[in-house]
Amino acid sequence: MKDDTVSIVIGGEAGQGISRSGELLGKALMRCGFHCYGAMDYPSLIRGGHNFYQLRASARPVYSQTPNVDVLVALNKESVTLHLGEMNVGGGVIHDERDKLEEGLGKDKDIKFYPVPLTDIVKELGGPDIMRNTVALGAAAALISLDAGVLKQIVAETFEGREKIIKMNEDAVQKGHEYVAEHGYRFGCCLEPGERPSRLWLTGNEAVAFGAMAAGCRFYSAYPMTPASGLLHYFASHDEAGGMAVIQTESEIAAAMMAIGASYSGVRSMTGTSGGGFSLMTESLSLAAMSETPLVVMLGQRPGPSTGLATYSAQGDLLFAVYGAHGEFQRIVVAPGDAEECFHLAAEAFNLAERFQIPVILLTDKTLVESNQTMDAFDLSKVRIDRGKLVETWTGPGEYMRYRDDEDGVSPRAFPGTEGILVPANSNEHLENGLSTSKSEAVTRMVDKRFRKAGHIREAVEGLQPIRVYGDKRPKVTLVGWGGTKGPALEALRLLKAEGVKARFVQVVFMEPFPDGLEKYLKDTCVLVEDNRSAQLGTLIRLNTGYSFKHVGLRYDGRPFNPGEIRDRVMEAIA
Amino acid sequence: MSLTMKDLDTGAPNTWCPGCGNFSILMTVKQAIIQLGLKPSQVVAVSGIGCHGKTTDYLKVNTFHVIHGRVLPAATAIRLANHGLTVLGFAGDGDAFNIGMGHFPHAARRNVDMTYIVHDNLIYGLTTGQVSPTSKQGFVTKTSPRGSPEPGVNPLTQSLTGNATFVARTFAGEPKHMTEVLKRAIQHRGFAVVDVLQPCVTFNRVNTYEFYKQRVYKLEDEGHDEGDFTAAYKRALEWGDRIPIGVFYVEDRPTYEESFPALSGEPLVGQPLRRDLSRLLAEFM
Repeated sequence: MKDDTVSIVIGGEAGQGISRSGELLGKALMRCGFHCYGAMDYPSLIRGGHNFYQLRASARPVYSQTPNVDVLVALNKESVTLHLGEMNVGGGVIHDERDKLEEGLGKDKDIKFYPVPLTDIVKELGGPDIMRNTVALGAAAALISLDAGVLKQIVAETFEGREKIIKMNEDAVQKGHEYVAEHGYRFGCCLEPGERPSRLWLTGNEAVAFGAMAAGCRFYSAYPMTPASGLLHYFASHDEAGGMAVIQTESEIAAAMMAIGASYSGVRSMTGTSGGGFSLMTESLSLAAMSETPLVVMLGQRPGPSTGLATYSAQGDLLFAVYGAHGEFQRIVVAPGDAEECFHLAAEAFNLAERFQIPVILLTDKTLVESNQTMDAFDLSKVRIDRGKLVETWTGPGEYMRYRDDEDGVSPRAFPGTEGILVPANSNEHLENGLSTSKSEAVTRMVDKRFRKAGHIREAVEGLQPIRVYGDKRPKVTLVGWGGTKGPALEALRLLKAEGVKARFVQVVFMEPFPDGLEKYLKDTCVLVEDNRSAQLGTLIRLNTGYSFKHVGLRYDGRPFNPGEIRDRVMEAIA
Repeated sequence: MSLTMKDLDTGAPNTWCPGCGNFSILMTVKQAIIQLGLKPSQVVAVSGIGCHGKTTDYLKVNTFHVIHGRVLPAATAIRLANHGLTVLGFAGDGDAFNIGMGHFPHAARRNVDMTYIVHDNLIYGLTTGQVSPTSKQGFVTKTSPRGSPEPGVNPLTQSLTGNATFVARTFAGEPKHMTEVLKRAIQHRGFAVVDVLQPCVTFNRVNTYEFYKQRVYKLEDEGHDEGDFTAAYKRALEWGDRIPIGVFYVEDRPTYEESFPALSGEPLVGQPLRRDLSRLLAEFM
């Protein structure tokens, strides 16, 4: 179905530079005043297999993928076969002139084919085969009436410092662009650019990383694991500018333990992983809780159990994030739903972790952290830094007590190296001075001390809009979801509006402590949407409010929801 | 006002068995701290799980009693976050060479500037007498009733092949020797491993004080060249009528800390949290 967006798919084999092409084109469109959303679909392999990047652009904000394609950039023949079914009526296909396509292909949908000599142009320029994607990019830009200059500028920035590569890629863009113009190729749907405010084009991982840096995170330790590796890549390539120590560790256990060690020393630190790695981190999570060492972990979900679908998306670790690890302790689990929330909540995670001296889990998913989104530039000056109860000197009474039984349950924290203060941290149950104990009264007292934080944590969380509501004020239908499902749900609201259905989307942002007040939205027809098999948010909601959903839409094939699927589920519910 | 042994005592009642080798390790660590003129507030002791783990309850410096096998990653990061601190890692043989073995060669090859003291009693003590990774083949315990079929891990060859830049062994029955070795280890710029032969008087009836007294000899008495890797490796293989103690190997190599641009000046912990990120932000525009 056609809508007010243009959907461009770049398809081909792994290793053909598809992801980078998509990101470049998205940035170019953003600079021309468009809102964009871009997602990469790829199997876990390095060469071969089918990969595609879908870029949606519009004059209005775009929140998700759709299964509809207006322009297909096919870097191989297989891409045409695989995506033809998703093509909108009147769509266009750019393909290599060398790929001879069957006669009459796509005739039923009036698909136009635009052969471009991708391989020949690259040969003529003397570039590597991978540059075919750059030629195709130039051609695609021409087809949607985008100026070649913007793309060339972005190419130059991307390859900054490598003059030869810049020149070659600029030529490739130009040649592709010219070819389309010279052959009179024109694609019907041309976008009308909007205003050009200061916008950013970034992935959820980059937004998390930037939020962390803005909050003063100076230490990141992690083991590579999709979809969290992007976070490690960003930090590693910006460590100098960010003043950070970044370590690829020997395991997720080491990653979590290092983050805890750095935090004990007084540095804002973080680790990140996916479900398998988080499994390895749970013992350390429990240590952070007992030793009251602030810890920030990003858990980027992908389908499990086990290795599952390494490069796809899921929301199957919600209850694991809320309950995983031995022993009873306070934690915060927060699930951003878009790049902007990734930024703000990552920054806030450090305040929460330090104020309450507890683990904070930033629960994300592949759809969210690996997809690109445009958003308004964040205001760095608005990032708040609150390190909680810190002491730099000790005047008594007595010696410094790391685990002093304060009324709010939060004890004064100091860093090793402070004159006149010795800082203990202990995985054993301990006394106020940090020494191990197993005495009944002391144990009860210390457990109670840690649990007294609960009310204060809840209060802090309530101040951060733990439940966010979008759409119609007097709705007939309420959609409920979280995390990466936010995007498709917001798109679904638009589709429902077009059907004349008044609907709203209720996003649960904080999972632990579970926010108060959700009940007031759970009226009339409610539809729960989640990327998992067992409706885990549904379980949390039932546990906390007693409400059980009659209507649920679940998807668990590793792919994000299509907005149309959510609309259909709603229509079914109200039928 | 100079530091005394008492200043380094937390006053917590000690629960080690009388005669335990841990007492002499604790005492010599304190002596090393005093003799090197270190300030307790600038020292961090990190311990794992086992009898040795109680060290952090008894030693009055900054302390972090972590979980089983995880001393090294915690200690590494403590040092990276504040490279002004002196970091001492304490581990048992199970801690270091069973559950924590996955961290050991990495800490060694990184060459983070810290000292790793292994309380090596060749037995699991706190869990009441199970086989340890450093137990010798044939060693009978609760969990190896027919004698352990597994050859023991050799902490010294592991350290050498792991690229540790300071590799030493000492014996809890020779406190003076231990103090000297510990002082050198702490002063060494890089990852220093000290394997301490520490008799467990309750559960190990083979590797006793008497056993070691009859066998240990000092490398320094035999003109051993600490810079010679091959010679160190050969000595590390000796375990029989003669068991060498002393400094096996020393190498001068840049530390891990030196590889981080962010650590070139003031320690991370002292750096302001807010930085100008506008240039980084522009990359997304």
